[in-house]
Amino acid sequence: MTTQGNGNGHHVDASVSAESEGGASLFQIAPPPGELTKKDFVSNQEVRWCPGCGDYAILNNVQKVMPDLGISREKVVFVSGIGCSSRFPYYMNTYGFHSIHGRAPAIATGIKTANPELSVWVITGDGDALSIGGNHFMHVLRRNLDINYILFNNRIYGLTKGQYSPTSVFGQRTKSTPMGVIDYPVNPLSLAIASEATFVARSIDIDVKHLGTMVESAAKHKGVSFLEVYQNCNIFNDGAFDYFAERSVRSDNVLYLEHGKPMIFGKDRNRAIRMNGAHPEVVTIGENGITEADILVHDIHLQDPSVAFMLARMEQPDFPQPVGIFRAVERPSYDQLLVDQIDSAIAKSGPGSLDKLINSGDMWTVE
Amino acid sequence: MSAVLEPPVETFDKQLEELDTVTIRFAGDSGDGMQLTGTQFTNTSAIVGNDISTLPDFPAEIRAPAGSLPGVSGFQLNFSNHDIRTPGDQPNVLVAMNPAALKVNLADLEEGGTIIINSDEFTKENLERAAYHSNPLEDGALSGYRVHTLPISTLNMNALKGAVELSRKEMARCKNFFALGVLYWLYDRPLEPTLNWINAKFRKNPELAKANEVALKTGYNFAETTEVFTTHYKIKKAVIAPGRYRKITGNEATAIGFVTAAELAGRTLFYGSYPITPASDILHELARHKNFGVKTFQAEDEIAAVCAAIGASFTGHVGLTGTSGPGVALKQEAIGLAVMTELPLVIINVQRGGPSTGLPTKTEQADLFQAVWGRNGECPAIVIAPATPADCFNMAIEAVRLAFKYMVPVFYLSDGYLANGAEPWAVPAIEKLPRIEVKFATDPKNFMPYARDEKTLARPWALPGTPGLEHRIGGIEKQNITGNVNYDPENHHLMVKLRQQKVDRAVADIPPVEVFGDSSGKVLVLGWGSTFGSITSAVEKMRNEGKSVSSAHLRHLNPFPGNLGEVLSSFETVIIPEMNLGQLCTMIRARYLVGAVPFSKVKGRPFQIREIVQKVEEYL
Repeated sequence: MTTQGNGNGHHVDASVSAESEGGASLFQIAPPPGELTKKDFVSNQEVRWCPGCGDYAILNNVQKVMPDLGISREKVVFVSGIGCSSRFPYYMNTYGFHSIHGRAPAIATGIKTANPELSVWVITGDGDALSIGGNHFMHVLRRNLDINYILFNNRIYGLTKGQYSPTSVFGQRTKSTPMGVIDYPVNPLSLAIASEATFVARSIDIDVKHLGTMVESAAKHKGVSFLEVYQNCNIFNDGAFDYFAERSVRSDNVLYLEHGKPMIFGKDRNRAIRMNGAHPEVVTIGENGITEADILVHDIHLQDPSVAFMLARMEQPDFPQPVGIFRAVERPSYDQLLVDQIDSAIAKSGPGSLDKLINSGDMWTVE
Repeated sequence: MSAVLEPPVETFDKQLEELDTVTIRFAGDSGDGMQLTGTQFTNTSAIVGNDISTLPDFPAEIRAPAGSLPGVSGFQLNFSNHDIRTPGDQPNVLVAMNPAALKVNLADLEEGGTIIINSDEFTKENLERAAYHSNPLEDGALSGYRVHTLPISTLNMNALKGAVELSRKEMARCKNFFALGVLYWLYDRPLEPTLNWINAKFRKNPELAKANEVALKTGYNFAETTEVFTTHYKIKKAVIAPGRYRKITGNEATAIGFVTAAELAGRTLFYGSYPITPASDILHELARHKNFGVKTFQAEDEIAAVCAAIGASFTGHVGLTGTSGPGVALKQEAIGLAVMTELPLVIINVQRGGPSTGLPTKTEQADLFQAVWGRNGECPAIVIAPATPADCFNMAIEAVRLAFKYMVPVFYLSDGYLANGAEPWAVPAIEKLPRIEVKFATDPKNFMPYARDEKTLARPWALPGTPGLEHRIGGIEKQNITGNVNYDPENHHLMVKLRQQKVDRAVADIPPVEVFGDSSGKVLVLGWGSTFGSITSAVEKMRNEGKSVSSAHLRHLNPFPGNLGEVLSSFETVIIPEMNLGQLCTMIRARYLVGAVPFSKVKGRPFQIREIVQKVEEYL
């Protein structure tokens, strides 16, 4: 190996070129936050998702939102597991950790706990988060670690080439289920709410503007932010979300949740959600004497998760598919509580003294 | 105070004999407080200047049915007027608080040994629970022993009734201290250390304090007065180097050692762990030290525990995870990630009986292969092992030092015997402990995440938050120097070798193995981990008899110390006692092409000194 000094105590092979994913950000010194642009968050690595993949839109949106968050680049860490979406960190010119299947939330727990000042993002997919990493999914949410957790849900295994995932629809024929899926799918938002997530939202890859708003809202939430993004896999599950997300049907089939606003949807803005006893129903404003006053008004700050859960259960074709922020409540975060405990331990017993630590317990002197 | 506490007016003229070493085993139901009784006797013996070594032996069940055989809890203590290294091969004295305790432990007692029995518990019902068909106190089963039957429950109750305002149940629970009082007289121990402990422990409950005090003193006075005992014994102070001593278990020393290591490195300690026997006490101990900034994370599972430690390490903390063998099995993929990302990480494995759930509360050394070879791919890690409970402190510091210097995971192999066994520890002077050097990359000029230090081949450690060093790491093969994802065959071959070389180069950084005894001869007994005490004592004994035996003990198992080959080749026979089927022996044979002899014992119990002596005799 030919090496030459770089004055850094380390030695660099001058002949190597940076030609693939990952690695160093050569000669890209970050300007101070506030002056950053989207370009500053684009790494020098060639993006290698299939052309037409929904992941591009999400990447683009995250890169676009980053400069608006006012966080300097070196304070940002993207952590992922395994899967197509988990290649994401390589394309962000920030710190990144492409870890092992399902474990990104656990790695992120260590990172955020070690340095709560970092802005930590977990990028995961439906298999990574809900199958192999199902346990960590629940626990990182209930822990309310102050991180942003984006689940790219394409309802299929892409990287392993087309097996069904925990969100694949019942009966779906895939490579591993030629006669159809006989597992019932899991609803990520229901799980997130049941796991005590303090911020729960959903968006769609092709709804670029909405997605940007959701990413930004997630980033600004203090505590864990869970964002599910419906993401099209144009190779193994193309058009999986067209039945509600395709532009021509979207306004009739998607309910955009907005805090403080009545739940109205439809091309003509006259379809809406009303409570009928304990159950939601779709009604038409102006029919049967129904007015806007009858319509359920969205409140993201309800401590009781029941309404958020109810909304998470609404699905096409019986209901519009809701997107937006389902729930955003405040609760102290794990990383903050840990810092508080350390501070109070120091306030109570003084900073740790090794001398005292070693010279405690059952002691005696031999003369 | 009741009259029984006053010195008895009439005393028999009792003899005081001197002994060198005594091994006592306290045994009773797991609710009888035997661990506490044993610990109190140990502390007092240490304070009077004896050398001590202990071995608790408790069931995996928290409270098995009262009086049943699986519910028996034992605590063995060896105390001596000279240097000792093991809790003793065979108890000289068995304290049996019920029939089950007698049944479980009798076979271990030395021939002609002493049994002190709580005869009150030898009821028909309890005898049945212990599967005794007839009463061993009456059927001659104990004829080969010196048996002292005392109605401990009754004597204790009589002493406490009227003296304290407590329920019968609470009073009955003091009977272990009555027994302790008897033993204190029998072995001429002062009561003060335990009285002080009682007063501190029950400060908020004076009635309980009083009850325990009365029980202890009454037991003592009873033993002094009763005709049951005609002799009591004195064990003089051991010759121990002057200094401050602390009684310490392996798990305590491990926890304190890692707190110290983090301080010596000037970094914060992060401990990710999932509760598992026999490692949980490390989590408990570390959780108490938040004022050192220690961050303990009780994870949702073993995998999350190690992954969080890796994340913390990436961010500049001392990344530590602790578990036992089954937990390591779950962590291995993540440990591979740490090897691949070349991050420091320490994995504590407090080994227990395996495979699978195995024997959770018993000791074993069968996870050596798992540590050295247990991951997919060529996945080298440094492996070290403490030799005694107190040595855990030193090896914890060593683990962090090596992990930081070579940017590799380090396995720290303790075991159940070290974890729960206790010995005196001469506490070190903190200012004399060497600092652990930490170097972080800070200069963005020409920064490359997989550049190599010329000497150690370590890559730079660049922490998130450092401007200009933004980079990405991960489990996919990386191009040397740049750290870019890379599938090139030549690069992979190079990286596989580099990762191995980092571990190999640590040889230059670890002390040579020392030989106890002559540097050449007929037999070398080679050991690792917790077999140190038995091996050294056996070899010392045989050397005193003029036999050509030496021993050597490995604290570094991957890589081996640089002089090991030379040491091995200086002896006709190398015997390797291990609590497994010969794992170190296989490694030694493969590495040095010597005909080493395995000596296996996989019974959940440490080697006895005499077992090793016997084995070595075969080769002399």
